[in-house]
Amino acid sequence: MNETSDKQKISTGQYSNAPNQSVFQGVLYTFHGGVHPEEHKKASSGRPIMPVFIPTEIIVSVQQHIGEAGRPCVAVGDHVDTGQIIAQADGYMSVAAHAPTSGTVTAIAPHPVPHPSGLPGLCIHIQPDGKNTWMARTPTDYHNTHPSTLRNLLRDMGVAGLGGAVFPTFIKLNPGKIKKVPTLLLNGGECEPWITCDDAIMREHAEGILQGAAVMRHLLQSNRVLVGIEDNKPEAIAAMSAATSQVDFPVEIVSIPTLYPSGGAKQMIKIITGKEVPSGGRSTDVGVAIFNVGTSLAVHRAINHGEPLISRVVTVTGNVGLPHNREVLIGTPINELLALAGGHPEPVTGSLMGGPMMGFELADTAAPVVKATNCILVKSGRLFPAPPPAMECIRCTRCADACPADLQPQELYWFSKSKHFDKAQQYSLFDCIECGCCSYVCPSHIPLVNYYRYAKSEISTLKSAERAANLARERFESRTARLERDQRERAERLAQKSAIKPTPDTDAAATIQAALARTQAQADEPKV
Amino acid sequence: MLSSPYVTAQNSVSLIMLKVAFALLPAIVIYAWLYGPAIIISLCIATVTALVMEALAMTLRQRSVQTALWDGSALITAWLFALSIPSIAPWWLTVTGLFFAIIVAKHLYGGLGNNVFNPAMVGYAVLIVSFPVPMTHWAAPLSLAGEPLGWSAAAHYIFSNHLPDGWTLDAITSATPLDTLRTQLKLHHTVAKIEQLPIFGHLGGRANEMVVGAYLLGGLYLLKERIITWHIPVALLGSLALISGVFWLINPSEYASPWFHIATGGSLLGAFFIATDPVTAATTPRGKLIYAAGIGLLIYLIRMFGAYPDGVAFGVLLMNIAVPLIDAWTQPPPYGHKEVRA
Repeated sequence: MNETSDKQKISTGQYSNAPNQSVFQGVLYTFHGGVHPEEHKKASSGRPIMPVFIPTEIIVSVQQHIGEAGRPCVAVGDHVDTGQIIAQADGYMSVAAHAPTSGTVTAIAPHPVPHPSGLPGLCIHIQPDGKNTWMARTPTDYHNTHPSTLRNLLRDMGVAGLGGAVFPTFIKLNPGKIKKVPTLLLNGGECEPWITCDDAIMREHAEGILQGAAVMRHLLQSNRVLVGIEDNKPEAIAAMSAATSQVDFPVEIVSIPTLYPSGGAKQMIKIITGKEVPSGGRSTDVGVAIFNVGTSLAVHRAINHGEPLISRVVTVTGNVGLPHNREVLIGTPINELLALAGGHPEPVTGSLMGGPMMGFELADTAAPVVKATNCILVKSGRLFPAPPPAMECIRCTRCADACPADLQPQELYWFSKSKHFDKAQQYSLFDCIECGCCSYVCPSHIPLVNYYRYAKSEISTLKSAERAANLARERFESRTARLERDQRERAERLAQKSAIKPTPDTDAAATIQAALARTQAQADEPKV
Repeated sequence: MLSSPYVTAQNSVSLIMLKVAFALLPAIVIYAWLYGPAIIISLCIATVTALVMEALAMTLRQRSVQTALWDGSALITAWLFALSIPSIAPWWLTVTGLFFAIIVAKHLYGGLGNNVFNPAMVGYAVLIVSFPVPMTHWAAPLSLAGEPLGWSAAAHYIFSNHLPDGWTLDAITSATPLDTLRTQLKLHHTVAKIEQLPIFGHLGGRANEMVVGAYLLGGLYLLKERIITWHIPVALLGSLALISGVFWLINPSEYASPWFHIATGGSLLGAFFIATDPVTAATTPRGKLIYAAGIGLLIYLIRMFGAYPDGVAFGVLLMNIAVPLIDAWTQPPPYGHKEVRA
């Protein structure tokens, strides 16, 4: 009885002094390492988010999320309305894709997509009709909807993590057996240089972000909601703090010191809770569910407005005349987006998707904007000079001092370079988050992360070869076993047959014996 | 095409090496001021020799000579080597020592980054074993010297092994405080009495303690610039102080004080500039502590119970051997591998 009442007291206590409490009272922790690259955020953060535009062609990739690609459910020539599903979630780890504007499907064919490999992917091409005719949009009363229905709705609304990993959000919103995740953490860290899209939405859509958090909090049964924001975004912090009065649950806005990569999920969790997500585990193992603020806004639009994820805010910056943030339809060709950025003051040496620390070079700017596109960063020789030639590692361990995963990058480099992959794994290669801090600080200018990516892909190739070999061996062994078993069974059957035969034989012998006996008896009889 | 990151911090091996050289400058200036300009001549010979050998080795290995000369590592090896041996060492001694440092210890092991042993200390060790006599001819502080050892006299002696007429070697050299302590203790004098001799100063050796002070200053600059971390100097000096302190507390008349051991010989040069050589030192924080504590201990044992006057070189080289093992044993747990409180 006492326990229950205590618990109740605590929970009512939390909620009673909760209203509009936006100041974080706890202690901040630090993660190991981190670096301070030049921020360059002022370039694009000054202007309000520019409005959406309808490009001449829309190219929607069916694989914009982590997991299985969506299955196209429209045919060439079909007319589609804005928000209509054009590719359905296929399999568990998958989300739908939608027509970002109304128009006609012109092709379902491979097209360059933004991917580090530069390989084309299956895309649904839409010729916009310019009318932007929406399909019917129906808000959902999430309080009176079954959690499972809500999650399926989010899957069909195409919501995936907009921080960069594009993990299907509905899966993360399933607390599973543990029933509740105590802490809901919204990630407004945005620690990558140049990128300001999360900053922009926190300034302009703070309330929507918190309304999305309300849905997620409901699904996860969280009793604490925090928003972590780097202290280089005072306007965002102010806007989010002001918005906390618009929701009926307590939200703590946490200003965290600017230090790359504090926006990494694991680092953010460490900063705010002091806990480390176990290696190979999930954030829920330490009672935390973490979502990008953009994802939260997408959830809000999907649930409260019935609008699927058909656009997102993208930072267009670097070597452009007009660095800015813009609401961009998913599927907009990147070159059409760049055409609105006021030209290039300097010769262009390439474009990155994402930031300079973790982004990747776009092989083709005809590729479309996808859900993961947070930033298009145009390079110039001055902004991104070619790195000086790499020298030998002098084991100075600046990399180890900078590593937010607490690894020993100089050892991993040595093992990766010499192809000692078992050793590399022993030194926790797969705990590397590829944040780039080690390469950034290396005085020998060694592209360390390249070596780790190489080692990781070699190891997974070896592993799949090993899996294939194991499978082949298992098949061979089971075939041998089956053949042996068949042979044995045949032999047994034969043996059984030969064992059964003697029985009739014995009978026959007995019959003969009996007959002989009778004959004998008959023969004997007259004598009697 | 290289993958991310596409930005790097403004840093380079050359810059690090230049900062180390800069950190040595105050000590060199004080050295030249208190002992005469011989050290400048010696540093010049060492620098030229090291760069020539570096270029030669890189040419033979068909690598970029320019890169190697500009990385500054040969320069640092040369300076540390020159500061470790007598300033009036004949030129061929410097050349021989640097041959073993640059060619044998560095390039035969694969060049910068791949050498197991500290090159400067390998050079020193070869000389102290092979040419013990000239390695004991340390220039006396000008304040104690019978004759003033100026530019021409020093250059003459270094290049031709001749002193001006009427000069004796004894007039320009003196035994180091560590040497003096060792020989005087064998004559059963007490430490307190020995420290009254003119070669001793307030804490360590007369004049020498000023140079040592400048090493400390340079070392603090390296710490401030984050060229080195605190682990190695603190653990090295700490273990040296601890072991010498124990002996000193037991019998202060036969064992010199911890501050004497820190302020004399190569203790501070070793702690801040030699043991901290990143290539040959342990890399993990705990590993650095073990590595440097081992050096501190060995320095004391060699000074007190070994055959050589100072133990920095052998201490460093012996612990270099143990580095791979120390590193393997002291890997810190990565993120997510520590025990998580529920």
